[in-house]
Amino acid sequence: MAQHRRGLRPAAALAFAAVPLGFLAVFFAWPVAAIVRLGFGSGAAGVLRVLGEGATWRLVGFTLAQAAASTAVAVLAGLPVAFLLARVPGSALVRVAVLVPFVLPTVVVGLAFKALLPDGGVVAIVLANAFFNVAVVARTVGGLWAHVDRRAEDAARALGASRWRAFTSVTLPALTPALGSAAAVVFLFCATSFGVVLLLGGARHRTLETEIYLRTVELLDLPGAAALSLVQFLAVVGVLVVGAVARRRRENALSLRGQAETVRRPRGGEWVAAGLGYAVVVLLVVPIVTLVVRSFAGGTAGYEALAGTGFRGSLQVTGLEAALNSVRVATDATLLALVLGVLASVALVTLGRSRVRPGVVEAVDTALMLPLGVSAVTVGFGYLVTLDALPGDLRTSAALVPLAQALVVTPLVVRTLLPVLRSVDERLRQAAATLGAGPWRVWREVDVPLAGRSLLASAAFGYVVALGEFGATSFLVRPDTATLPVVIGRLVARPGELNNQMAYAACTLLMGVTVVIALLVERLRVRGVGEF
Amino acid sequence: MRRLVPLVALAVVAGCSVGGEAPVDRTVVLVTHDSFDVDQAVLDEFEARTGITVAPRKSGDAGALTNQLVLTKANPIGDVAFGVDNTFASRALDEGVFAEYRSPEADKGPQRYAVDGSGRLTAVDVGDVCVNVDPAALGGEVPKTFEDLADPKYKDKFVVEDPATSSPGLAFLLGTVAHYGEQGWADYWGRLKANGVKVVSGWEEAYTQEFSGSSGKGPRPIVVSYASSPSAEVGEDGKARTAALLDTCFRQVEYAGVLNGAKNPEDAKKVLDFLLSEPFQKTVPEKMYVYPAREGVALPDAWTAAAPLPEQPATLPAADIAAQRQRWIEQWRSTVGG
Repeated sequence: MAQHRRGLRPAAALAFAAVPLGFLAVFFAWPVAAIVRLGFGSGAAGVLRVLGEGATWRLVGFTLAQAAASTAVAVLAGLPVAFLLARVPGSALVRVAVLVPFVLPTVVVGLAFKALLPDGGVVAIVLANAFFNVAVVARTVGGLWAHVDRRAEDAARALGASRWRAFTSVTLPALTPALGSAAAVVFLFCATSFGVVLLLGGARHRTLETEIYLRTVELLDLPGAAALSLVQFLAVVGVLVVGAVARRRRENALSLRGQAETVRRPRGGEWVAAGLGYAVVVLLVVPIVTLVVRSFAGGTAGYEALAGTGFRGSLQVTGLEAALNSVRVATDATLLALVLGVLASVALVTLGRSRVRPGVVEAVDTALMLPLGVSAVTVGFGYLVTLDALPGDLRTSAALVPLAQALVVTPLVVRTLLPVLRSVDERLRQAAATLGAGPWRVWREVDVPLAGRSLLASAAFGYVVALGEFGATSFLVRPDTATLPVVIGRLVARPGELNNQMAYAACTLLMGVTVVIALLVERLRVRGVGEF
Repeated sequence: MRRLVPLVALAVVAGCSVGGEAPVDRTVVLVTHDSFDVDQAVLDEFEARTGITVAPRKSGDAGALTNQLVLTKANPIGDVAFGVDNTFASRALDEGVFAEYRSPEADKGPQRYAVDGSGRLTAVDVGDVCVNVDPAALGGEVPKTFEDLADPKYKDKFVVEDPATSSPGLAFLLGTVAHYGEQGWADYWGRLKANGVKVVSGWEEAYTQEFSGSSGKGPRPIVVSYASSPSAEVGEDGKARTAALLDTCFRQVEYAGVLNGAKNPEDAKKVLDFLLSEPFQKTVPEKMYVYPAREGVALPDAWTAAAPLPEQPATLPAADIAAQRQRWIEQWRSTVGG
């Protein structure tokens, strides 16, 4: 009992977990299982044949290899940016700028990289994937880094360790939980990256994701798609389990500090890290600036067109209406994801602190991550064959769009929040409990202030992901409620100079909306939850 | 209000009943593809006259649309579908997606494109995939035929879409199959490859980035696009800057049909009649870049000059396409190498 008085009881934690898990069961597990079962419908022979083909396994190999390479590049590029965000004063703008790539439609980024690297191929795929995902690493790791107590590092330096040594043996281990979280998310995003792989890889470099799409949508080969979905699912589970095991060995309590205590001007060798960080930011900004410049190719014609529906009415909404739709849908999705993500994180942390077997905690954790690793096409087609069984036939409802986006955003909230919650020093909580605070009071006084900043960061990030979400949205959205990314994709797919100019103007508008919203959320933290 | 949507949806999931259906619902759900578009005034007039509300549900391209209809045939997501084309028609018919309905409008032109005698699918529009050229960049020496494209004079000038990932890419491949026959098409592609043809994965890249005649001002003056594309590349003098090669066209026909198990079949039939009616057919060039299936419907002025309907495009029977497409794509891949 003594143990339980310090926190929520495991039973309460399980009740918390039931909400996100229930959501996951209805809007993810059930549709995916149904569509895979349909593939098995005509007997397992078709599925087994695909599994027996060498080409299938080459596909698996290439998918994992390009995802691993993209993750490595994103982590290496993201770390110096994380340093900037965490330790260098005046990096608020950088924090916002790194988010911008995330909202850009893949077709636009794909075309930009194709123009940069005309031969496309693996290098272009890896760089484009990393371009999208540097923000995940920079913001997740930066969020924790900002609160890592500087004194341990200073002590190591005082004892004669070089700056590099102090980083690798003191700072890096402290960052490992966030690094692991970020790497897992980036890996899943890259493994299921669709638009850029299709555009830059063509028919030569195919992944499980593009092949599932082609088999489901163009070839109408459901047994083949089911086989590949199964392989994709197992590969994702495998990677997540490896990640969870690695995290289990590393996660430890840190003494977290307020950021005001840890920020200072870089000194000596730290300028190298800061310089690298700025270099990465410049590399991220170059394609963005190119897009903005391109949007002015026809003067302001593209921007004027945003008030209309494109050349000869290519769209059913105006560009500005699409922007409003984007904001509305992303707000719904983010609010829903925050509720689900916070419930899940609190449940996972509580279960982790209780006597529940670590395996159970990891299983729940892994399950929550799965939507990031499974094809949007599989889920989308799964909705068609399942959701009519629910009252109200959600299959053709506009409400399905924020629900599907929340599926993608929730794991991001969990991954941002969880490392910070887990790093809260248990002694702080024990001290609070000893001083007479009940379980809720301990959360309110200890965990919430420490994690508040991460929660806001994850809200901003989730919002941006929802704003830019294309795969599931383009499949589910209705033309009169089309979002900006969907509108851009549609404009690019039509002839006519005005449509093209409008597409790039819409990209700029989307980036503008992103920056404004990220800035608003950043500002919230000043008035909202305080730090220490 | 809008923020409540997810909560309401969750409430629905949880089994609460929210609201109820109106007793007499004359809504017809039109399941269609991303490119569907209609002139609002024309639609308003139809709705006011009949009391029917048309609710379009767009979802993906013709392939995605067909597959969705197949997957939901036991409990269809709409009443009438538009946009299944001749490359996917056989599949939809074999799966029993469509109900029989012969529209009184069907013998005013659409019957020319009938898939079979069953009357389950009626042609609404035709859109030809043709090679497009940028005459200025070619110095006036414009190719005319399939054979010209393999001429060393046009080395490294031609860009096509991958038939495995692109619908115009597939149509162009089918056009070469129809023109050269089962024996000759692979050899022709071998010659195109030797002549430096470039393959990209989608129309967006081919047309807006590689093609010199579009706003992207790319390096290649010959591209696979649509017969209608030049009408969108009209200069300040009112003349088209690009042209379609009318001897290289493959005809894509888009069909509509009433869905089996439609909740509102009688009104669905009226919507199908509307899609074939003169007021709607008149708008399809401007709205969807395709040609009306109905006879005697005047094309817009910009089209008569820049984008006339090809007179003798290649075609293949829908059943052959359904049976052979995967093999053709694989053989194409081994010839051209993707």
